[in-house]
Amino acid sequence: MSESLDPSYIGEGIYKENILDHYKHPHNQGQMKNADIKFTENNPLCGDVITVELKLSRNKIDDIKFMGRGCAISQSAMSMLSDELMGKTMQEAKSVTREKIVEMLGIEIGPVRTKCAT
Amino acid sequence: MPKTMLDIKKIRKDFPILNIKVNGKPLIYLDNAATSQKPRQVIGAMADFYQNYNSNIHRSIHKLGEEATLAYEKSHKKVADFINADFEEIVFTRGTTESINLLAYSLTQELNQGDEIIITQMEHHSNFVPWQQLAKKRNLKLKFIEIDGEGKLKLEQFSELLNKKTKIVSITHASNVLGTINPVEKIAKIVKEKSNAYFIVDGAQSVPHMPVDVKKMGCDFLAFSGHKMLGPTGIGVLYGKKELLERMQPFLYGGEMIKEVTFKDTKFNELPWKFEAGTMNIAEAIGLAAAVDYLGKIGMENVMRHGKELTNYCLRRLNEIKEVEIYGPKERSALVAFNVRNVHAHDTATILDGEGIAVRAGHHCAMPLHSVLGIPASARASFYLYNQKEEIDSLAEAIHKVIKVFK
Ligand SMILES: Cc1ncc(COP(=O)(O)O)c(C=O)c1O
Repeated sequence: MSESLDPSYIGEGIYKENILDHYKHPHNQGQMKNADIKFTENNPLCGDVITVELKLSRNKIDDIKFMGRGCAISQSAMSMLSDELMGKTMQEAKSVTREKIVEMLGIEIGPVRTKCAT
Repeated sequence: MPKTMLDIKKIRKDFPILNIKVNGKPLIYLDNAATSQKPRQVIGAMADFYQNYNSNIHRSIHKLGEEATLAYEKSHKKVADFINADFEEIVFTRGTTESINLLAYSLTQELNQGDEIIITQMEHHSNFVPWQQLAKKRNLKLKFIEIDGEGKLKLEQFSELLNKKTKIVSITHASNVLGTINPVEKIAKIVKEKSNAYFIVDGAQSVPHMPVDVKKMGCDFLAFSGHKMLGPTGIGVLYGKKELLERMQPFLYGGEMIKEVTFKDTKFNELPWKFEAGTMNIAEAIGLAAAVDYLGKIGMENVMRHGKELTNYCLRRLNEIKEVEIYGPKERSALVAFNVRNVHAHDTATILDGEGIAVRAGHHCAMPLHSVLGIPASARASFYLYNQKEEIDSLAEAIHKVIKVFK
Protein backbone atom coordinates (compact mmCIF):
# COMPACT_ATOMS: atom_id res chain seq x y z
CA MET A 1 0.00 0.00 0.00
CA SER A 2 1.03 3.57 -0.52
CA GLU A 3 2.04 5.84 2.31
CA SER A 4 -1.22 7.67 2.48
CA LEU A 5 -4.60 6.39 1.37
CA ASP A 6 -5.89 9.58 -0.21
CA PRO A 7 -3.58 12.53 -0.64
CA SER A 8 -6.43 15.05 -0.71
CA TYR A 9 -7.73 13.84 2.61
CA ILE A 10 -5.50 15.76 4.93
CA GLY A 11 -7.25 15.71 8.24
CA GLU A 12 -7.00 18.81 10.31
CA GLY A 13 -5.68 20.78 7.31
CA ILE A 14 -9.15 21.25 5.87
CA TYR A 15 -10.21 23.23 8.91
CA LYS A 16 -8.80 26.49 7.59
CA GLU A 17 -9.56 29.71 9.34
CA ASN A 18 -12.16 30.90 6.83
CA ILE A 19 -14.09 27.68 7.22
CA LEU A 20 -14.01 27.77 11.01
CA ASP A 21 -15.03 31.45 10.88
CA HIS A 22 -18.08 30.71 8.81
CA TYR A 23 -18.86 27.68 10.96
CA LYS A 24 -18.70 29.59 14.21
CA HIS A 25 -20.37 32.73 12.86
CA PRO A 26 -22.56 31.62 9.99
CA HIS A 27 -23.99 34.22 7.63
CA ASN A 28 -27.70 34.23 6.86
CA GLN A 29 -28.59 31.59 9.38
CA GLY A 30 -32.16 31.62 10.61
CA GLN A 31 -35.69 31.58 9.33
CA MET A 32 -37.86 34.09 7.51
CA LYS A 33 -41.54 34.90 7.41
CA ASN A 34 -43.44 34.11 4.19
CA ALA A 35 -40.62 32.67 2.14
CA ASP A 36 -41.33 32.24 -1.57
CA ILE A 37 -39.37 29.04 -1.82
CA LYS A 38 -38.47 26.60 0.90
CA PHE A 39 -36.73 23.28 0.58
CA THR A 40 -34.99 20.73 2.78
CA GLU A 41 -32.05 18.57 1.81
CA ASN A 42 -30.43 15.81 3.77
CA ASN A 43 -27.28 13.80 3.59
CA PRO A 44 -28.03 10.20 4.49
CA LEU A 45 -24.37 9.53 5.24
CA CYS A 46 -24.20 11.72 8.32
CA GLY A 47 -27.78 12.68 9.04
CA ASP A 48 -27.20 16.34 8.24
CA VAL A 49 -30.32 18.29 7.41
CA ILE A 50 -30.47 21.77 5.97
CA THR A 51 -33.55 23.84 5.23
CA VAL A 52 -33.12 26.78 2.89
CA GLU A 53 -35.61 29.59 2.46
CA LEU A 54 -35.60 32.15 -0.35
CA LYS A 55 -37.41 35.40 -0.81
CA LEU A 56 -37.68 36.54 -4.42
CA SER A 57 -38.41 39.86 -5.95
CA ARG A 58 -38.58 40.08 -9.73
CA ASN A 59 -36.88 36.70 -10.05
CA LYS A 60 -33.91 37.88 -8.00
CA ILE A 61 -32.95 36.39 -4.67
CA ASP A 62 -33.79 39.14 -2.25
CA ASP A 63 -33.09 37.25 0.90
CA ILE A 64 -31.80 33.83 1.82
CA LYS A 65 -31.82 32.03 5.14
CA PHE A 66 -30.75 28.56 6.13
CA MET A 67 -31.34 26.41 9.17
CA GLY A 68 -30.08 23.04 10.13
CA ARG A 69 -27.34 21.05 11.66
CA GLY A 70 -24.29 19.58 10.13
CA CYS A 71 -20.54 19.36 10.14
CA ALA A 72 -18.21 22.32 9.73
CA ILE A 73 -17.84 21.66 6.02
CA SER A 74 -21.56 21.62 5.25
CA GLN A 75 -22.36 24.57 7.50
CA SER A 76 -19.58 26.83 6.28
CA ALA A 77 -20.27 25.89 2.64
CA MET A 78 -23.89 26.89 3.15
CA SER A 79 -22.86 30.13 4.81
CA MET A 80 -20.52 31.04 1.93
CA LEU A 81 -23.05 29.93 -0.65
CA SER A 82 -25.74 32.11 0.88
CA ASP A 83 -23.47 35.16 0.48
CA GLU A 84 -22.75 34.15 -3.09
CA LEU A 85 -26.39 33.70 -4.04
CA MET A 86 -27.75 36.88 -2.51
CA GLY A 87 -28.97 39.22 -5.26
CA LYS A 88 -28.54 36.67 -8.03
CA THR A 89 -31.30 35.70 -10.45
CA MET A 90 -32.66 32.17 -10.23
CA GLN A 91 -30.94 31.47 -13.55
CA GLU A 92 -27.58 32.54 -12.18
CA ALA A 93 -28.15 30.65 -8.97
CA LYS A 94 -28.78 27.42 -10.84
CA SER A 95 -25.47 27.72 -12.63
CA VAL A 96 -23.44 27.49 -9.41
CA THR A 97 -21.71 24.16 -9.74
CA ARG A 98 -20.21 21.71 -7.32
CA GLU A 99 -16.75 22.80 -8.49
CA LYS A 100 -17.57 26.41 -7.72
CA ILE A 101 -18.55 25.54 -4.15
CA VAL A 102 -15.41 23.53 -3.56
CA GLU A 103 -13.39 26.46 -4.96
CA MET A 104 -15.18 28.83 -2.61
CA LEU A 105 -14.25 26.68 0.38
CA GLY A 106 -10.65 26.90 -0.75
CA ILE A 107 -9.76 23.39 0.33
CA GLU A 108 -9.43 20.02 -1.21
CA ILE A 109 -11.84 17.48 0.12
CA GLY A 110 -11.89 13.75 -0.36
CA PRO A 111 -14.65 12.02 -2.31
CA VAL A 112 -16.39 10.86 0.86
CA ARG A 113 -16.94 14.37 2.10
CA THR A 114 -17.70 16.21 -1.14
CA LYS A 115 -21.33 15.48 -0.31
CA CYS A 116 -21.00 17.58 2.84
CA ALA A 117 -20.11 20.65 0.82
CA THR A 118 -22.53 20.25 -2.04
CA MET B 1 -9.47 -8.20 36.72
CA PRO B 2 -6.96 -10.78 35.43
CA LYS B 3 -4.37 -9.56 32.99
CA THR B 4 -5.08 -10.34 29.38
CA MET B 5 -3.71 -13.66 28.14
CA LEU B 6 -3.12 -12.38 24.63
CA ASP B 7 0.33 -11.76 23.23
CA ILE B 8 -0.68 -8.65 21.31
CA LYS B 9 2.74 -8.03 19.78
CA LYS B 10 2.68 -11.50 18.30
CA ILE B 11 -0.91 -11.19 17.11
CA ARG B 12 -0.17 -7.87 15.40
CA LYS B 13 2.50 -9.56 13.30
CA ASP B 14 -0.26 -11.62 11.67
CA PHE B 15 -2.01 -8.52 10.32
CA PRO B 16 0.02 -6.98 7.48
CA ILE B 17 -2.20 -3.89 7.21
CA LEU B 18 -1.25 -2.76 10.72
CA ASN B 19 2.15 -1.77 9.32
CA ILE B 20 0.87 0.86 6.92
CA LYS B 21 0.96 4.58 7.53
CA VAL B 22 -2.00 6.90 7.12
CA ASN B 23 -1.29 10.58 6.58
CA GLY B 24 2.29 9.84 7.55
CA LYS B 25 1.30 8.33 10.91
CA PRO B 26 1.11 4.68 11.89
CA LEU B 27 -2.41 3.36 11.35
CA ILE B 28 -4.51 3.12 14.49
CA TYR B 29 -7.46 1.09 13.39
CA LEU B 30 -10.45 1.61 15.70
CA ASP B 31 -13.25 0.85 13.25
CA ASN B 32 -13.59 -2.85 13.92
CA ALA B 33 -17.34 -2.77 14.40
CA ALA B 34 -17.60 -1.74 10.73
CA THR B 35 -15.19 -4.42 9.58
CA SER B 36 -12.19 -6.12 11.09
CA GLN B 37 -8.77 -6.48 9.53
CA LYS B 38 -7.65 -9.86 8.18
CA PRO B 39 -4.72 -11.98 9.35
CA ARG B 40 -2.34 -13.47 6.78
CA GLN B 41 -3.77 -16.90 7.66
CA VAL B 42 -7.11 -15.83 6.16
CA ILE B 43 -5.61 -14.03 3.17
CA GLY B 44 -3.35 -17.04 2.64
CA ALA B 45 -6.16 -19.61 2.78
CA MET B 46 -8.05 -17.73 0.08
CA ALA B 47 -4.97 -17.30 -2.10
CA ASP B 48 -4.23 -21.02 -1.66
CA PHE B 49 -7.70 -21.87 -2.93
CA TYR B 50 -7.35 -19.70 -6.03
CA GLN B 51 -3.80 -20.84 -6.73
CA ASN B 52 -4.13 -24.52 -6.01
CA TYR B 53 -7.67 -25.89 -6.14
CA ASN B 54 -10.03 -23.28 -7.58
CA SER B 55 -13.10 -25.02 -8.89
CA ASN B 56 -16.84 -24.96 -8.55
CA ILE B 57 -18.32 -27.16 -5.85
CA HIS B 58 -20.87 -29.95 -5.64
CA ARG B 59 -21.08 -30.27 -9.44
CA SER B 60 -17.63 -30.92 -10.76
CA ILE B 61 -16.60 -34.56 -10.95
CA HIS B 62 -12.87 -33.99 -11.01
CA LYS B 63 -10.03 -33.73 -8.54
CA LEU B 64 -10.17 -29.97 -8.08
CA GLY B 65 -13.93 -29.99 -7.74
CA GLU B 66 -13.67 -32.63 -5.07
CA GLU B 67 -11.06 -30.73 -3.11
CA ALA B 68 -13.02 -27.48 -3.32
CA THR B 69 -16.23 -29.23 -2.24
CA LEU B 70 -14.51 -30.81 0.74
CA ALA B 71 -13.00 -27.49 1.83
CA TYR B 72 -16.33 -25.71 1.42
CA GLU B 73 -18.20 -28.31 3.46
CA LYS B 74 -15.49 -28.28 6.09
CA SER B 75 -16.09 -24.53 6.42
CA HIS B 76 -19.72 -25.22 7.31
CA LYS B 77 -18.60 -27.72 9.91
CA LYS B 78 -16.05 -25.35 11.47
CA VAL B 79 -18.54 -22.52 11.69
CA ALA B 80 -21.11 -24.91 13.17
CA ASP B 81 -18.66 -26.03 15.86
CA PHE B 82 -17.75 -22.41 16.59
CA ILE B 83 -21.29 -21.66 17.79
CA ASN B 84 -22.20 -25.18 18.94
CA ALA B 85 -24.61 -25.90 16.08
CA ASP B 86 -24.96 -28.88 13.73
CA PHE B 87 -23.61 -28.95 10.19
CA GLU B 88 -27.07 -28.83 8.57
CA GLU B 89 -27.99 -25.78 10.61
CA ILE B 90 -25.42 -23.49 9.01
CA VAL B 91 -26.44 -21.66 5.84
CA PHE B 92 -23.90 -19.41 4.17
CA THR B 93 -25.14 -16.06 2.93
CA ARG B 94 -23.52 -12.79 1.89
CA GLY B 95 -23.70 -11.42 5.44
CA THR B 96 -25.98 -10.55 8.31
CA THR B 97 -28.12 -8.39 6.06
CA GLU B 98 -28.83 -11.21 3.66
CA SER B 99 -29.40 -13.69 6.50
CA ILE B 100 -32.06 -11.46 8.02
CA ASN B 101 -33.66 -10.78 4.65
CA LEU B 102 -33.81 -14.50 4.02
CA LEU B 103 -35.66 -14.93 7.31
CA ALA B 104 -37.92 -11.94 6.72
CA TYR B 105 -39.04 -13.15 3.29
CA SER B 106 -39.31 -16.78 4.22
CA LEU B 107 -40.96 -16.48 7.64
CA THR B 108 -43.48 -13.76 6.80
CA GLN B 109 -44.95 -15.98 4.07
CA GLU B 110 -46.71 -17.98 6.77
CA LEU B 111 -48.03 -14.95 8.66
CA ASN B 112 -51.52 -13.48 8.46
CA GLN B 113 -52.76 -9.94 8.43
CA GLY B 114 -52.57 -8.44 11.92
CA ASP B 115 -49.81 -10.76 13.14
CA GLU B 116 -47.13 -8.99 15.11
CA ILE B 117 -43.37 -8.64 14.90
CA ILE B 118 -41.27 -7.19 17.73
CA ILE B 119 -37.86 -5.59 17.27
CA THR B 120 -36.07 -2.93 19.34
CA GLN B 121 -35.26 0.75 19.06
CA MET B 122 -31.56 -0.04 18.88
CA GLU B 123 -31.54 -2.21 15.76
CA HIS B 124 -29.15 -1.75 12.87
CA HIS B 125 -31.06 -0.96 9.66
CA SER B 126 -30.47 -4.52 8.49
CA ASN B 127 -32.63 -5.84 11.34
CA PHE B 128 -35.08 -3.00 10.96
CA VAL B 129 -35.88 -2.14 7.35
CA PRO B 130 -36.67 -5.72 6.19
CA TRP B 131 -39.27 -6.11 8.94
CA GLN B 132 -40.66 -2.63 8.43
CA GLN B 133 -41.08 -3.10 4.68
CA LEU B 134 -42.53 -6.60 4.88
CA ALA B 135 -44.88 -5.52 7.64
CA LYS B 136 -46.17 -2.78 5.33
CA LYS B 137 -46.56 -5.10 2.40
CA ARG B 138 -48.27 -7.88 4.35
CA ASN B 139 -50.26 -5.75 6.81
CA LEU B 140 -48.37 -6.96 9.83
CA LYS B 141 -47.84 -4.94 12.97
CA LEU B 142 -44.30 -3.92 13.90
CA LYS B 143 -43.64 -3.09 17.56
CA PHE B 144 -40.53 -1.77 19.27
CA ILE B 145 -38.94 -2.53 22.61
CA GLU B 146 -37.80 0.80 24.01
CA ILE B 147 -34.47 1.62 25.59
CA ASP B 148 -34.03 3.27 28.97
CA GLY B 149 -31.83 6.26 29.79
CA GLU B 150 -28.78 4.04 30.10
CA GLY B 151 -29.31 2.40 26.72
CA LYS B 152 -30.64 -0.93 27.96
CA LEU B 153 -33.84 -2.63 26.81
CA LYS B 154 -36.92 -2.12 28.95
CA LEU B 155 -37.79 -5.75 29.55
CA GLU B 156 -41.02 -5.03 31.47
CA GLN B 157 -42.29 -3.16 28.43
CA PHE B 158 -41.27 -6.12 26.26
CA SER B 159 -43.44 -8.46 28.33
CA GLU B 160 -46.37 -6.15 27.71
CA LEU B 161 -45.79 -6.09 23.95
CA LEU B 162 -45.67 -9.85 23.72
CA ASN B 163 -48.91 -11.75 23.11
CA LYS B 164 -50.42 -14.63 21.18
CA LYS B 165 -50.31 -12.60 17.99
CA THR B 166 -46.55 -12.14 18.20
CA LYS B 167 -45.01 -14.33 15.53
CA ILE B 168 -41.46 -13.02 15.29
CA VAL B 169 -39.11 -11.41 17.81
CA SER B 170 -35.83 -10.20 16.33
CA ILE B 171 -33.23 -8.56 18.54
CA THR B 172 -29.59 -7.64 18.30
CA HIS B 173 -27.30 -9.43 20.74
CA ALA B 174 -24.93 -6.45 20.99
CA SER B 175 -25.75 -2.92 19.85
CA ASN B 176 -23.35 -1.50 17.27
CA VAL B 177 -23.78 2.00 18.73
CA LEU B 178 -24.47 1.70 22.46
CA GLY B 179 -22.48 -1.45 22.97
CA THR B 180 -25.33 -2.76 25.10
CA ILE B 181 -25.26 -6.53 25.42
CA ASN B 182 -28.85 -7.68 25.51
CA PRO B 183 -29.78 -10.59 27.81
CA VAL B 184 -30.75 -12.88 24.94
CA GLU B 185 -30.98 -16.03 27.05
CA LYS B 186 -33.50 -14.36 29.31
CA ILE B 187 -35.39 -12.90 26.34
CA ALA B 188 -35.53 -16.34 24.71
CA LYS B 189 -37.21 -17.73 27.85
CA ILE B 190 -39.76 -14.91 27.92
CA VAL B 191 -40.56 -15.37 24.23
CA LYS B 192 -41.07 -19.11 24.60
CA GLU B 193 -43.17 -18.76 27.75
CA LYS B 194 -45.51 -16.12 26.44
CA SER B 195 -45.83 -16.81 22.72
CA ASN B 196 -45.19 -19.14 19.82
CA ALA B 197 -42.96 -16.59 18.14
CA TYR B 198 -39.70 -17.32 16.38
CA PHE B 199 -36.78 -15.77 18.22
CA ILE B 200 -34.09 -14.30 15.96
CA VAL B 201 -30.78 -12.90 17.20
CA ASP B 202 -28.58 -10.51 15.22
CA GLY B 203 -25.12 -11.64 16.23
CA ALA B 204 -23.14 -9.32 13.94
CA GLN B 205 -21.54 -7.55 16.90
CA SER B 206 -21.45 -10.43 19.38
CA VAL B 207 -20.16 -13.52 17.58
CA PRO B 208 -16.83 -11.80 16.74
CA HIS B 209 -16.26 -10.75 20.35
CA MET B 210 -17.55 -13.35 22.81
CA PRO B 211 -18.20 -17.06 23.11
CA VAL B 212 -21.61 -17.76 21.58
CA ASP B 213 -23.42 -21.06 22.05
CA VAL B 214 -26.74 -21.22 20.21
CA LYS B 215 -28.02 -24.09 22.32
CA LYS B 216 -27.39 -22.18 25.52
CA MET B 217 -28.78 -18.97 24.04
CA GLY B 218 -32.05 -20.67 23.12
CA CYS B 219 -32.56 -18.71 19.90
CA ASP B 220 -34.26 -20.14 16.83
CA PHE B 221 -32.05 -18.25 14.40
CA LEU B 222 -28.76 -16.37 14.59
CA ALA B 223 -27.30 -14.11 11.87
CA PHE B 224 -23.71 -12.86 11.62
CA SER B 225 -21.08 -11.63 9.16
CA GLY B 226 -17.65 -13.08 8.39
CA HIS B 227 -15.98 -9.74 7.71
CA LYS B 228 -16.40 -8.50 11.27
CA MET B 229 -14.62 -11.56 12.68
CA LEU B 230 -11.34 -11.56 10.74
CA GLY B 231 -12.95 -13.18 7.69
CA PRO B 232 -13.48 -11.78 4.21
CA THR B 233 -16.43 -9.73 2.99
CA GLY B 234 -19.14 -11.49 1.01
CA ILE B 235 -19.67 -14.36 3.44
CA GLY B 236 -22.07 -14.49 6.34
CA VAL B 237 -24.00 -17.04 8.29
CA LEU B 238 -27.54 -17.93 9.08
CA TYR B 239 -27.91 -20.46 11.86
CA GLY B 240 -31.36 -22.00 12.18
CA LYS B 241 -32.74 -24.90 14.21
CA LYS B 242 -32.87 -27.89 11.93
CA GLU B 243 -36.58 -28.57 12.29
CA LEU B 244 -37.37 -24.95 11.46
CA LEU B 245 -35.09 -24.74 8.42
CA GLU B 246 -36.64 -27.98 7.16
CA ARG B 247 -40.13 -26.48 7.26
CA MET B 248 -39.17 -23.13 5.75
CA GLN B 249 -39.55 -22.06 2.14
CA PRO B 250 -36.31 -21.27 0.33
CA PHE B 251 -35.56 -17.62 -0.28
CA LEU B 252 -33.59 -17.87 -3.53
CA TYR B 253 -34.39 -20.37 -6.25
CA GLY B 254 -31.94 -21.68 -8.82
CA GLY B 255 -29.06 -24.08 -9.27
CA GLU B 256 -27.71 -26.32 -6.52
CA MET B 257 -30.63 -25.76 -4.15
CA ILE B 258 -32.63 -28.43 -5.93
CA LYS B 259 -32.80 -32.19 -5.83
CA GLU B 260 -34.90 -32.73 -8.90
CA VAL B 261 -36.55 -30.42 -11.39
CA THR B 262 -39.27 -31.45 -13.83
CA PHE B 263 -41.43 -29.32 -16.08
CA LYS B 264 -44.14 -29.53 -13.45
CA ASP B 265 -42.36 -29.04 -10.14
CA THR B 266 -39.12 -29.00 -8.13
CA LYS B 267 -37.92 -31.03 -5.18
CA PHE B 268 -35.60 -28.94 -3.05
CA ASN B 269 -32.19 -30.09 -1.88
CA GLU B 270 -31.51 -31.15 1.69
CA LEU B 271 -30.16 -28.85 4.40
CA PRO B 272 -28.26 -26.65 4.33
CA TRP B 273 -28.01 -26.57 0.50
CA LYS B 274 -31.72 -25.84 0.10
CA PHE B 275 -30.89 -22.25 1.07
CA GLU B 276 -27.68 -21.89 -0.93
CA ALA B 277 -28.78 -21.20 -4.50
CA GLY B 278 -26.29 -20.59 -7.28
CA THR B 279 -22.51 -20.63 -7.09
CA MET B 280 -21.59 -19.54 -3.60
CA ASN B 281 -18.63 -17.46 -2.42
CA ILE B 282 -16.33 -20.44 -2.12
CA ALA B 283 -13.02 -18.68 -1.44
CA GLU B 284 -14.77 -16.50 1.13
CA ALA B 285 -16.20 -19.54 2.91
CA ILE B 286 -12.70 -21.00 3.07
CA GLY B 287 -11.43 -17.66 4.36
CA LEU B 288 -14.10 -17.63 7.04
CA ALA B 289 -13.06 -21.12 8.16
CA ALA B 290 -9.48 -19.84 8.54
CA ALA B 291 -10.78 -16.91 10.60
CA VAL B 292 -12.73 -19.25 12.86
CA ASP B 293 -9.60 -21.38 13.27
CA TYR B 294 -7.61 -18.29 14.20
CA LEU B 295 -10.16 -17.12 16.77
CA GLY B 296 -10.53 -20.65 18.11
CA LYS B 297 -6.81 -20.93 18.70
CA ILE B 298 -6.74 -17.68 20.65
CA GLY B 299 -9.93 -18.55 22.49
CA MET B 300 -13.08 -16.44 22.53
CA GLU B 301 -12.86 -16.01 26.31
CA ASN B 302 -9.51 -14.30 25.79
CA VAL B 303 -10.80 -12.20 22.91
CA MET B 304 -13.69 -11.06 25.09
CA ARG B 305 -11.49 -10.29 28.07
CA HIS B 306 -9.09 -8.23 25.96
CA GLY B 307 -12.01 -6.31 24.42
CA LYS B 308 -13.39 -5.58 27.89
CA GLU B 309 -10.06 -4.30 29.14
CA LEU B 310 -9.64 -1.95 26.19
CA THR B 311 -13.22 -0.75 26.41
CA ASN B 312 -13.01 -0.03 30.12
CA TYR B 313 -9.75 1.78 29.58
CA CYS B 314 -11.26 3.82 26.76
CA LEU B 315 -14.29 4.72 28.89
CA ARG B 316 -11.96 5.85 31.65
CA ARG B 317 -9.79 7.97 29.36
CA LEU B 318 -12.72 9.60 27.56
CA ASN B 319 -14.59 10.23 30.80
CA GLU B 320 -11.62 12.34 31.89
CA ILE B 321 -12.33 14.76 29.03
CA LYS B 322 -15.21 16.96 30.09
CA GLU B 323 -16.13 17.95 26.51
CA VAL B 324 -16.81 14.32 25.57
CA GLU B 325 -20.27 12.82 25.79
CA ILE B 326 -20.45 9.01 25.79
CA TYR B 327 -23.50 6.95 24.84
CA GLY B 328 -24.52 3.59 26.24
CA PRO B 329 -24.16 1.61 29.47
CA LYS B 330 -21.02 0.87 31.49
CA GLU B 331 -21.16 -2.86 30.82
CA ARG B 332 -20.78 -3.16 27.06
CA SER B 333 -19.17 -4.85 24.09
CA ALA B 334 -15.92 -3.62 22.59
CA LEU B 335 -16.97 -0.20 21.34
CA VAL B 336 -17.53 3.35 22.53
CA ALA B 337 -19.74 5.85 20.69
CA PHE B 338 -19.22 9.48 21.65
CA ASN B 339 -19.40 13.10 20.61
CA VAL B 340 -17.19 16.07 21.37
CA ARG B 341 -19.46 18.86 22.56
CA ASN B 342 -20.41 21.29 19.78
CA VAL B 343 -18.41 19.40 17.19
CA HIS B 344 -20.03 17.29 14.48
CA ALA B 345 -18.94 13.65 14.52
CA HIS B 346 -17.68 13.93 10.93
CA ASP B 347 -15.39 16.78 11.88
CA THR B 348 -14.11 14.76 14.82
CA ALA B 349 -13.43 11.76 12.58
CA THR B 350 -11.66 13.89 9.97
CA ILE B 351 -9.26 15.32 12.52
CA LEU B 352 -8.64 11.88 14.04
CA ASP B 353 -7.93 10.59 10.53
CA GLY B 354 -5.24 13.26 10.24
CA GLU B 355 -3.60 11.53 13.21
CA GLY B 356 -3.83 8.14 11.53
CA ILE B 357 -6.77 7.09 13.71
CA ALA B 358 -9.66 5.39 11.93
CA VAL B 359 -13.01 5.69 13.68
CA ARG B 360 -16.50 5.64 12.24
CA ALA B 361 -18.71 8.72 12.24
CA GLY B 362 -22.34 9.01 11.30
CA HIS B 363 -25.50 7.24 12.36
CA HIS B 364 -23.90 3.78 12.02
CA CYS B 365 -26.92 2.47 10.11
CA ALA B 366 -29.08 3.10 13.15
CA MET B 367 -31.01 6.26 12.33
CA PRO B 368 -34.04 5.43 14.50
CA LEU B 369 -31.74 4.90 17.49
CA HIS B 370 -30.00 8.22 16.91
CA SER B 371 -33.36 9.94 16.85
CA VAL B 372 -34.14 8.36 20.23
CA LEU B 373 -30.79 9.60 21.51
CA GLY B 374 -31.60 13.01 20.06
CA ILE B 375 -28.37 13.37 18.09
CA PRO B 376 -27.79 13.42 14.32
CA ALA B 377 -24.58 11.44 14.46
CA SER B 378 -21.86 10.06 16.68
CA ALA B 379 -18.23 9.02 16.44
CA ARG B 380 -17.40 5.44 17.36
CA ALA B 381 -14.19 3.75 18.40
CA SER B 382 -14.36 -0.03 18.28
CA PHE B 383 -11.69 -2.52 19.25
CA TYR B 384 -10.45 -5.98 18.43
CA LEU B 385 -7.81 -8.42 19.51
CA TYR B 386 -4.91 -6.54 17.89
CA ASN B 387 -5.62 -3.17 19.52
CA GLN B 388 -3.57 -1.94 22.45
CA LYS B 389 -3.90 0.57 25.25
CA GLU B 390 -1.33 2.92 23.68
CA GLU B 391 -3.71 3.38 20.76
CA ILE B 392 -6.42 4.57 23.12
CA ASP B 393 -3.95 7.04 24.61
CA SER B 394 -3.40 8.37 21.09
CA LEU B 395 -7.16 8.60 20.63
CA ALA B 396 -7.53 10.66 23.79
CA GLU B 397 -4.70 12.93 22.70
CA ALA B 398 -6.24 13.43 19.27
CA ILE B 399 -9.60 14.30 20.85
CA HIS B 400 -7.84 17.11 22.70
CA LYS B 401 -6.70 18.33 19.30
CA VAL B 402 -10.31 18.31 18.07
CA ILE B 403 -11.31 20.42 21.04
CA LYS B 404 -8.47 22.87 20.29
CA VAL B 405 -9.38 23.28 16.61
CA PHE B 406 -13.01 24.04 17.40
CA LYS B 407 -12.52 26.18 20.49
C1 LIG C 1 -25.66 -5.05 14.77
C2 LIG C 1 -25.43 -5.19 13.29
N1 LIG C 1 -26.31 -5.87 12.56
C3 LIG C 1 -26.14 -6.06 11.24
C4 LIG C 1 -25.07 -5.53 10.56
C5 LIG C 1 -24.97 -5.72 9.08
O1 LIG C 1 -23.91 -6.50 8.71
P1 LIG C 1 -23.53 -6.68 7.18
O2 LIG C 1 -23.35 -5.31 6.62
O3 LIG C 1 -22.26 -7.45 7.23
O4 LIG C 1 -24.63 -7.41 6.52
C6 LIG C 1 -24.12 -4.82 11.29
C7 LIG C 1 -22.95 -4.26 10.60
O5 LIG C 1 -22.67 -3.09 10.57
C8 LIG C 1 -24.32 -4.63 12.67
O6 LIG C 1 -23.44 -3.93 13.40
